[in-house]
Amino acid sequence: MTADIAVSHVSRSFGAHKVLDDVSLTVAPGELLALLGPSGSGKTTLLRLIAGLDQPDSGRITIGDIDASSRKPKERGVGFVFQHYALFRHMSVFENIAFPLRVRKAGKTEIRARVVELLRLIQLEALAKRYPSQLSGGQRQRVALARALASQPRVLLLDEPFGALDAVVRRDLRRWLHHLHREMNITTIFVTHDQEEAFELADRVVIMQQGRISQQGTPMDIYRQPANIFVHEFLGESNRIACHVVDLKVRADAGYFLGQTDGADGAATAFVRPHQIAVRPSASGPWRVAQIASSGTHARLTLAWQETRLESGMTADALLAAGLAVGTPVDIAFTGGAVFREGGAPSALQNQPEEKSVSDIGRTQLSVL
Amino acid sequence: MVRILLITTALLVMVLFLVLPLLTVFIQALSAGFGAYVAAIVDPNVTAAIGLTLLIAAIAVPANLVFGIVASWCIARFRFPGRSVLLTLIDLPFSISPVVAGLLEVLLFGLNGLLGPFLAAHGVQIIFALPGMVLATIFVTFPFVAREVIPLAQEQGNDEEEAAVTLGASGLQIFWRVSLPKIRWGLFYGVLLCNARAMGEFGAVSVVSGKVFGSTDTLPLAVESLYESYEIQAAFAAASLLALLALATLVLKAALEWWHRDEIAASRPRTSARPQKAA
Repeated sequence: MTADIAVSHVSRSFGAHKVLDDVSLTVAPGELLALLGPSGSGKTTLLRLIAGLDQPDSGRITIGDIDASSRKPKERGVGFVFQHYALFRHMSVFENIAFPLRVRKAGKTEIRARVVELLRLIQLEALAKRYPSQLSGGQRQRVALARALASQPRVLLLDEPFGALDAVVRRDLRRWLHHLHREMNITTIFVTHDQEEAFELADRVVIMQQGRISQQGTPMDIYRQPANIFVHEFLGESNRIACHVVDLKVRADAGYFLGQTDGADGAATAFVRPHQIAVRPSASGPWRVAQIASSGTHARLTLAWQETRLESGMTADALLAAGLAVGTPVDIAFTGGAVFREGGAPSALQNQPEEKSVSDIGRTQLSVL
Repeated sequence: MVRILLITTALLVMVLFLVLPLLTVFIQALSAGFGAYVAAIVDPNVTAAIGLTLLIAAIAVPANLVFGIVASWCIARFRFPGRSVLLTLIDLPFSISPVVAGLLEVLLFGLNGLLGPFLAAHGVQIIFALPGMVLATIFVTFPFVAREVIPLAQEQGNDEEEAAVTLGASGLQIFWRVSLPKIRWGLFYGVLLCNARAMGEFGAVSVVSGKVFGSTDTLPLAVESLYESYEIQAAFAAASLLALLALATLVLKAALEWWHRDEIAASRPRTSARPQKAA
């Protein structure tokens, strides 16, 4: 399988600020790839370089089998959807979509047929004569997409495609885009700072940090095995627990037992997500529910033991079923997590009770369920 | 109560300072009857002044149109050293007295001026001739188009041009299909104002024209010449043409705004669609 887009050793600086630092990346034909990262991580700059809106200081970009670095944007076969759509405000929806065909001097009947086809695709046939200012955000987004697709580009690039939309429209458009990608199978890269969006849509996610690629892989791989602390924290909240590893056993510096892990002994930091802490009522404690915050379907529990506080999460139903309330004495078990050591690769935290009594294992599993 | 008082005051001021003077112009112009009015206008000296005024406007307005487009394009698109200086310089003709502007030109191009001897040696006469009057008019009307278009171009930014690039448009196609159309209403207002001022300019042109009645007199200068030679009715007849020009400009602007109201509404900046800028 040849790559549709290959970025090799690309760097770009603006003044003294290095926005992209030796970035290499390949995208397979038909792949839907997400560039995920916080603002300022260089993801939009990378997208603009691929589109030809900017030139790399060093490195090479190929699209298909042509070296794009020397090509003008129009010769790259790239469709680009801008964050704020950048529709032509003085043109109707029809003329916006027809633009790439008109500048290529396509015939009148051909233009008409193609635009009508695209209008049907974006389900806006009725609004062909409207101007962009007369459309809603979601409609503008779809027009921008149709315009980018009109000249049948080889790759589609989307810059924060849902960034400027409200939550409901966002969700609908996300599903629609997913469906569209399945149907057209066009190689697509989209930039986002929203982890949920990236994981739901993309075949593969590339996480960027300060101009470098932190990690890339399928959403599942990245979620299960974050390569470093940055990725782990970027993917969602965690309890950050200072700990020590001795004989594969992990014990928090505060004194409680976490579980088992592979790898070397020594000081480490364990990251445990809220849902990776199982909680069950236990008359003997030693933990205690200090606080419960409910957001409807989910509840967040603050657990206290001496000076230590941990955050645990569960569904509201599970909370009711377990009969947990503020002040309930509880026992906890760590069902997963990641252990990071200074300079080393992370290892998974495994749930192994310290004393392996049969009844303990049984109870832990029950609480996990 | 306060409202009524304020509205009445505003109306009174408007009638006193705008409507009454305008009416006076026409009353005076027609004071000797319609025949005399027409006779005053078809006087060869006056028709020559009308022709000269039209000619100067026909040169100065397109020149400033081109300049306005180029300046707005540069300022909105590029960051270059001297950008803010250029922005300030564009306002210079507004802040300088037109008479001073005319004098500057005499100092530059006049016989005793900086470039005068060189030009005279090559048989080029600028001061007291058409070129000087055109230059003075261009100078004075310099900011009108640029001032309308630059803020518009700055606010609209460069997004649509970038989109056009990714959609395969060439530089020329982008200019004709995107950049120019999106500022066309600003351009249009600028040209209207520029034209009205070019035809009505007095101070700067008066300094460089030499005021040879029937030869280097524009319409506003002709009004003064006639008035000073006590031909009051003829002076007001000529003045009424300038007043009509002002009215026609206003009517044209209002009419075009009304005809194209949908398009103008559509081409307004879409502030609501631009929330905070993310990365």
